[in-house]
Order: sequence, then structure tokens, then C-alpha cells
Amino acid sequence: MSSFLFQALNGLSAASGLFFVAAGLSLIFGVTRIVNIAHGSLYMVGTYIAYSFATVVGGMLGFWGGIIATAIIVGIIGAVIEVLLLRRIYRAPELFQLLATFALVLVINDATLWLWGPEDLLGPRAPGLRGAVEVLGRQLPTYDLFLIFIGPAVLIVLHFALARTRFGRLVRAATQDREMVSALGVNQAVLFTAVFALGSFLSGLGGALQVAREPANLAMDLTVIGDAFVVVVVGGMGSITGAYLAAVLIAEVKALCIAIGVVDFGGFSVNFSKMTLVAEFLVMAVVLIARPYGLLGREQGAVRSVAEPEEPIRPATRGLKLAGVTVLAVLIYMPLIAQDSPYVLVLGVDVLIAVLFAASLHFIMGPGGMHSFGHAAYFGLGAYGTALLVKWLAAPMLLGLAAAPLLALLGALLFGWFAVRLSGVYLAMLTLAFAQIVWAAVFQWEGLTGGSNGVVGVWPTAPFDTRETFYLLTLALAVIGVLLLRRFLFAPFGYAMRAGRDSPLRAEAIGIDVKRVHWLAFAIAGAVCGVGGGIFAFAKGSISPETIGVGRSIDGLVMVLLGGIQTLTGPIVGASVYATLQDTIMRQTEFWRAMLGGIILLLVLAFPSGIVGALAKFAPRRKDQP
Amino acid sequence: MSDLSIRSLSKAFGGVRAVNEVSFEVKRGEFLAMIGPNGAGKSTCFNMINGQLAPDSGSIWFEEKNLTGLVPRDIWRLGVGRTFQVTATFGSMTVAENVQMALISHAGETFRLWKPAASRHRERALDLLHQVGMHEAADRPSRELAYGDVKRIELAIALANDPRLLLMDEPTAGMAPRERNDLIALVKRLVVERGISVLFTEHSMDVVFAFADRIIVLARGKLIADGNAKSIRDNPQVREVYFGTGKTFARAGAAT
Amino acid sequence: MSDVTNGAMLKVENLSAFYGAARILYDLNFEVGRGEVVALMGRNGAGKSTTIKALMGMIAQRQGAVHFNGRDISRLKPFEIARLGLGFTPEDRRIFVDLTVTENLDIGRQPPRTFSDGTPAPTWSPEKLFALFPNLAEMPNRPGGRMSGGEQQMLTVARTLMGNPLLVLLDEPSEGVAPLIVEQMANTIIELKKEGLSILLSEQNVHFAQLVSDRVYMLEKGQIRWQGTMPQLAENVDVQRAYLTV
Repeated sequence: MSSFLFQALNGLSAASGLFFVAAGLSLIFGVTRIVNIAHGSLYMVGTYIAYSFATVVGGMLGFWGGIIATAIIVGIIGAVIEVLLLRRIYRAPELFQLLATFALVLVINDATLWLWGPEDLLGPRAPGLRGAVEVLGRQLPTYDLFLIFIGPAVLIVLHFALARTRFGRLVRAATQDREMVSALGVNQAVLFTAVFALGSFLSGLGGALQVAREPANLAMDLTVIGDAFVVVVVGGMGSITGAYLAAVLIAEVKALCIAIGVVDFGGFSVNFSKMTLVAEFLVMAVVLIARPYGLLGREQGAVRSVAEPEEPIRPATRGLKLAGVTVLAVLIYMPLIAQDSPYVLVLGVDVLIAVLFAASLHFIMGPGGMHSFGHAAYFGLGAYGTALLVKWLAAPMLLGLAAAPLLALLGALLFGWFAVRLSGVYLAMLTLAFAQIVWAAVFQWEGLTGGSNGVVGVWPTAPFDTRETFYLLTLALAVIGVLLLRRFLFAPFGYAMRAGRDSPLRAEAIGIDVKRVHWLAFAIAGAVCGVGGGIFAFAKGSISPETIGVGRSIDGLVMVLLGGIQTLTGPIVGASVYATLQDTIMRQTEFWRAMLGGIILLLVLAFPSGIVGALAKFAPRRKDQP
Repeated sequence: MSDLSIRSLSKAFGGVRAVNEVSFEVKRGEFLAMIGPNGAGKSTCFNMINGQLAPDSGSIWFEEKNLTGLVPRDIWRLGVGRTFQVTATFGSMTVAENVQMALISHAGETFRLWKPAASRHRERALDLLHQVGMHEAADRPSRELAYGDVKRIELAIALANDPRLLLMDEPTAGMAPRERNDLIALVKRLVVERGISVLFTEHSMDVVFAFADRIIVLARGKLIADGNAKSIRDNPQVREVYFGTGKTFARAGAAT
Repeated sequence: MSDVTNGAMLKVENLSAFYGAARILYDLNFEVGRGEVVALMGRNGAGKSTTIKALMGMIAQRQGAVHFNGRDISRLKPFEIARLGLGFTPEDRRIFVDLTVTENLDIGRQPPRTFSDGTPAPTWSPEKLFALFPNLAEMPNRPGGRMSGGEQQMLTVARTLMGNPLLVLLDEPSEGVAPLIVEQMANTIIELKKEGLSILLSEQNVHFAQLVSDRVYMLEKGQIRWQGTMPQLAENVDVQRAYLTV
């Protein structure tokens, strides 16, 4: 029993850091309506800066003064980001805002790599709190005890600041109706910058406080933001107290799993300490079923972004069909054409996998209106489904490949059930969190998946063991996948998807079960994406967690946006261009993340209303000209 | 025989009673108007009948079936059509496809994945569009249409499931007087032909007095009058809350 | 500057507004004198609310000149316009539902200001507003979301007055509230006029407009179709019938 209580205390100390990030994220979203994916990056930077203070300046001042200084510096970084970047995109479509903050994640990650190097950095123990106190017969570090108390302390301070100060009242008023606040003479720009700085300060503080507890590392940004998303969704968007409750709940459930440890169930032994991520998912699932807007959240107005007007879809014209057949013919003859440069076929496989990814993502994003930020989950499930079947059961290649869409389908059915209940940024956050869970489960479940090393030795067998035949197999699967998706879109089901997106109210009023339609769409897209994952495993001969991370989800989004979300051929073009660029140019530099981030930021800043929107602005003017 | 029966319906929002113990009936084939000042609870009442809002208490019966607590799509399947106050069509579809979508759903084909939708029920959709005078716009994107035309499309959509009851929330809001009369005359003709009962809210008294078989009046969440055009026109309470005799302001004017 | 505006508090020249590709307002010209109450009338969808939002800078796509208290405000942001003394009460009230009555008032608070000729504008405090709206005085700590429509209507006007405005834009003050509240609103407007404020209100109810306003501009489909004094409108049943729901 005492071990449970002891772990519960551990959970409370872990909850504090999580609470700081989630509270900042929630505050910023409330006022600016931007989900700052880079919030975890600010946390990570906080740990690194605090490490530098603690080691370079050193001593009492370097550690404790450093923590305060770090929080302030991160707050200033946040303010600069708001002024230079976000202020320009408040009116841009939601999807672009999310992409822009993700681009920041990439840039900050590479900047951190450049400044501090790739090694994990563990800070010194906290001066003055180096000891431990005896709790329940065990040694609890004094610093952890300190962390247990700092969380509620900050919660109380924040609570009173929001309730009693004019700034707090403005924040609460702007969270409800920022336009009205501005019509009453309040300068939104200043308020937004201040809120962003405060949120960043909290995140920096959370990161800095971790310096004596865990090493600073470059994976923190996405791990932390994934957890923070779960906390915010569970606690209820916009509720600071909800964020604390959720942080405690999740940290406690994880601690409980660790405390239970290995349990024997009549011969089966289950190691619960390896189940922390599954537990986190279950908590979220239970909360979302009981309270769709989180523990203390409230129903939000429609947040599904208003898309640019879209033309009715028409069957392919003769020209398009001709072009399609020509391209297909060229692709089929590619092994003959490219006999002298075998690399072309490798690139071709990469492009075709990207096409499957982008086309399936577009299927739910465009016609479905669901902006998934975690499509890599289904790619990963497909890839691991194939790889594990081949590795552990020595399944033949085609059986392994068949497992890919099946496992991805199951995952998409499970996650999609929750996802279709939300919309807009909530949906984006939830899908990203799901993808993080798949990633982390693969990472944690070392015995089955090989952990960070991944699964190796997944090679294609005859007759697909030559470069040419494997390419042709990939081509066949990609063409089938794309044509199937297209067929579905022209069928009643595809129309029902768009109906549910265009006007959910009207769709329900003519008997369409919008959630069920979108759920099935989610599952179909997941299955098709899974095929891409399965091929990927065979193409590389291996699969590891890093290839199914958030980065892949974002690659897919960029592909879809590059090609244009409103056309059915767009994602194919976008995927081809992007995958080619990635294979040729971005492989040349160590800092490819920063480069990708830079490209995204450029796209977003140059075309704040979306690429298609930018083109549409020119179109009518041309018509007007004589 | 009564088609729709509303019994003691109530709904409160944050302590404010938007709809308070409202009861009324719509008889088979009747053209019933619900009127009242803004904020009287008409839309709340409507949204409870069509399933968008759950009532706090009371019940809603349609052809001996209890609709209370059902979701909009189930209510639609029982034969209740509706149009919206703010027009809601599928902007990425053509006019005909909008109607076809409703017909596809009515036929239970929503989840069909193979045969293209564009060819399904097209004849029937064109026929419906013909009846509302919009067949010539069949292949135009619905978002390009003028407001009054969208209202007609909505009517065609609402008729797609052969409803026995039609709910119309401010069907003529935002239309010119001439357009209003035309639209309501069209509705009246179609529903009389098909024997459909109609419950509608409306701001234009000309329209209400010219077409409604019976009128009910809501004010501050309560039903204050129920009768034919003449009795409503002569009801002093209705005059005070709705038609604005100017009497209300006599005292305020005197204060200056 | 005073030459340009001819002494009017608010002078609007060729105001147009657009939502996307749709044009909502067509070259409106009108003015509001100091201490004057002017009504913008017309049916639902005639463009009354759009006009008021355009004046307040809340519609991004707008053209034309707007002079207020001797300043051109046509390119300013909403908060800059509010800080020059143009008050705005929206038709849907937009009370901050999580904030109490007192907190709602605090959001509207701005420093005192003067007219362009140097005379000080009337200033407002919560105490003075509670005297004007006794209902609100009874519930200073009630959250906005727990108030009735009429009480919210009072609060939205009081909140605007906390900014010590020179001119108040009142969007549909009599819409959707009980007759008793409508009566109070009329009294309030008359009080404000006595204090020296100018008011531009949008209204469909001719009886209400008749009670409080000096002049009328009649809107239809985004254009001014008729203008005149209130007595002129009261006598002209044809205009009422053509442009209002009577």
C-alpha cells in the first residue's frame, strides 16, 4: 500500500510541469484561438536554458535565479514569436496557423541542436533541496516535494490573477468575444502579445523546473506537447483548473501503472509499468465519452474552419483521363526508361508511398473537413503490422502486406470514433495525441517492437525482390488506392461526407448520420494509408519509431496544401513534388528540419489565405480584363 | 385527427425560461402559423420539435409517436421535413445534387460506395425542382444562387422524403414582399396537393393573415393566443405585445 | 477639419461595405449632429447593422470617408475608434457571460474625454450608471450569463457608457426585449440626449423611433431610400409601408 502512496506523490510532482505547459497552451488558445504546437518546444528550450544557467553561472544564483531568468527569457521569446509571426496569421485559415506553429517546432528544434548539441544534458541537483525526506518509509527527494507544492501554488496565483486583476478580466472577456473587447477600446494586439508572453513564461518555467529531474533532450518538445494536448482535451479547453485536475489525473494514473508493476494473471505476466501510455489513452477515452468537452470545459461554438467556396466535383474530363493514362503509361514503362539510373525507381517508390499518404489524408481533410494532424499513426500501424507479422510469424510477403491495411483500419476505427466527435483544432489536437500514443507505444514496447532500434530484416521476397518488380507492385497498389478513394468520393458516400462538412445541420436534418459517415471515412483513409506503411517497411527493409513520428504527419499536410486541398488531383501532385524535393535537396543538410520549417513559414506568410485562396484572388481579376 | 401534439413544453437557458409550458396541436392538413416578437421563444420551440434541442419537460407527439428526445435525423425519418431560418444548403454541390442527396438518404443509400451519386434519383430531383420552379438552375453550384432561390431549393429538399409534416422557421425572412407572397403561395399549393400539415413562424403579417388556417401567438415563452386571423387581430393582449399600437410608449413619451 | 464636417459629430460620405464578393452597402451619405438622435430604419437585411459595424471598423472591406468629432476614422481599427469616443452596443448584446455585472462594466472603462471644441463630455461611473439602471444596481455580482434578455440589454448600454463616449451607436435597442424594457430603453435614450450625447440607432419599430429620434434615414438593400425628420415619417404612411414591416 505504501508503495502506491509513494508513487502517487511521484505522480503529483510530475503533474506540475505538465500543468504549466497545458495552462499556457489553454490561455493562449482561449484568447488568440491559435493552438501553439510549439508550446512544447518552449518547454524544451526552458530546460536547456536553465541547464546553461545552472552549469555556467552555477551555485544557488545560477540554479534558482536561473530558473526565474529562464522563465522570463522564454516569455520574451514567446512575445517575439507572437509579434513577428503569429500576428500576421490571425486571420489565416486554422490549418495554416497550426502548420505555422509546427514549422516553429522544427526551427526551434534545429536551433537547439545547433546551440546545445545532440547529447542529453542533465543539470545539477537543486542547491538547498539536495536531500530527501522520509515518506512512508522511503526517500522522497526534497526537490520533488517542492514540485508537488509549486503546481497548486501557481494555480492559485493564476486563478486570482484572472479573477481579480483588470488584465485577468480582459483575458476572460477576450476568451469569450475578442471582437467585442476591441470595440470597447482595448488594443487586441497588446493583449495578445501579453497573453502569449504569459503562456510562454509558464511553459519556460515548467521546463526550467525539470532541469534537476530529467535530462534536457531534443525529443522533449513533441513528447511534452502530446501530453499537454491530452491534458487540455481532458481538462477542458480554456479552463486552468481543469488543466490542473487533468494533469494530476493523468500523472496519477501513470504512477499507478508503475506502482502495480508486473502482475501474474495465472501464468500470463503483464507489466503494467509499460502500459502508461495506454492508460493515458484510456483516461482520455473515458473522459471524452462522459464529457465531450473535458472535465471543466464547455461546449464551444462551431470551430470547424470555414473553407473557401468549393466547386462541385465533376467526373474527369477527357483531357484529364488522357493525361492520367499517359502518366500511368510512362510510370509503367519507367523500369525500362530508367535502366541506367536505378535510383529513379527508389525515388519512384518513395513518391508513390507519399501519394498514398497524401491522397488518403486529403480524403478526410478535403471532402471530410477533418484536419488530421496524426495521419502517421495509420502509416505506422500499417508498417509495424507488416513488419511484425513477417518478423515474428515469418509470414509471406503478401500476407504481411495484407495485414497493413487491416491493422491500420482497426486503429482508425478506434481513434476515429473519438475524433469525429470533435472538430477544428480539437480534432487536430486529438489526432496528433493519438499519433503520439502510437509512436510512444511502439517506442515503449521494446520486447515486441525492438523499441528505438525498430524492426529490421523485412525484405521483399520473390517475385518482388528485384527493384523493378517491387516498383511495379507499389505502382499497382498506389493506383488502386487512389482510384478507389476517387470512386468513393463520386459515390453517395462521398457526397454524404461533403454534405456533413458543408452543413452538418442540414445533413442531419435529411437523415444523414454525419458522425457515422465521417467515422467510416476516417477508417477508409486509415486503411489506405496503412497500405503505404506496409510498402514502406518492405522498401526500407526496416521500420523504426522515428519514421512514423509527427514529422511524417506534417509532411502529409504540407503535401496536401502544396497541391491544393480543394482539388482531387492536388494531393497527388503535391506528394510528387514534395517527396522528390525531400529525397533530393533536404537529404543534403543536417538541419533539414529548420529548412522544412522555413519553407512552411514562407508558404504561410506568403499565402496567408491559402495557396488556393491566393490563386482565386487573381482569377476574377483576369476575367474582368477585356 | 391531430398530426402534431405539443404538450407542456418547457425549456430554460441559464435561469431564463425561453419556453414555458407551451401546448398546442397541428391538425392534419392544417397550415398553422406561430408568431410572436423576437425572443418570444419561437425558435427554441421549433428546435425542440425538430430535435435540435432537448426540452426540460413536456412531450412532443407526431402521429401517436413520441418525438421527445429523438435526434433530428430520426425525426426526419418519421416523415417530418424542415427548412431553416438561415439557409443551409451544400455549397460544394449543384442544385440538383442537393436534392439528390436528400433522395439518396431517403432511399437509405448513404453508405453506398460504388455507383456514382450524380446519376441516382436525378429524374425525381429534377421533378421536385420543377415543382418549385428551379429546374433551370439544376446544374449550377447552389452557393451561386440568390437568396430567394435558395429558399426554393430548401423547399425542394424538404419535400424529398414525402413528409407528412413540414416545419418552416421563418421561411421568408430577408425576402422582398412580393417574393414572400410567391413563396408562401407556392408552399400552400404544394402542401394542399399533398395533404401535408405545416407549422411555420413568420414575421410578415400580410403573409400570415393571407395564408394561415390558424395562428398561435407566443410572448415571453408563453402561448398567449390561439385562433383564426380575425380573433388574433382583435386580441388586445396580442396587439400590445406584438403589433405595437404605440400605447406602450405613451408613458415614456409623457416623461419627456 | 470642422469645415469638412460642417459641425456634425459624425459625417459619413460614400460608405460602402462588402462581405467577400457580395456588396452590402452602396455609397451611403448621412450625418449625425451634436446632441442629435438619428434613426437608421429598414427591414431585416436592409443593411442597418452592417452600417453600424462598418462605422465601428468591424467590417474589413469598406470604402468611403467617415469623420467623427473632427477626425477621419475610416481607416482606423475598432479599438482606436472606440478610444476616440465612439461607443457601440451590438444588437445581440454580446455580454461577457462569465463576468459579473461589475466586471462587464470594468471592461468598458476608458478615461474621460472632450469634444473637439474643448468642452468635456459627460463621464460615467458604475454608481452613476446604477442610478440610471436600478435593475443593475440590484445584481452587481451576477454573471452576465445568468441575466434576462432585458437586463443584458441594460448592461450592454451601461458597459458602452463606461467608455465616456461622445456618440453612441445603438444597434436595434428595442429588439427582442419585453415592452417594459423597451420603455426603459426609450427613457434612457432621452436621458442620454439630455446629457449632450449624440446617438445613432438602428430600428425597425416606428413607434419606438418616433419616441426618441429627431431624424430618420430609411435603408433598403444597402441604400438610403428616404430621409427626413421624425414627424415627416410619422405622417408618411406610404414610406412606412414601402420600407418597414407595418
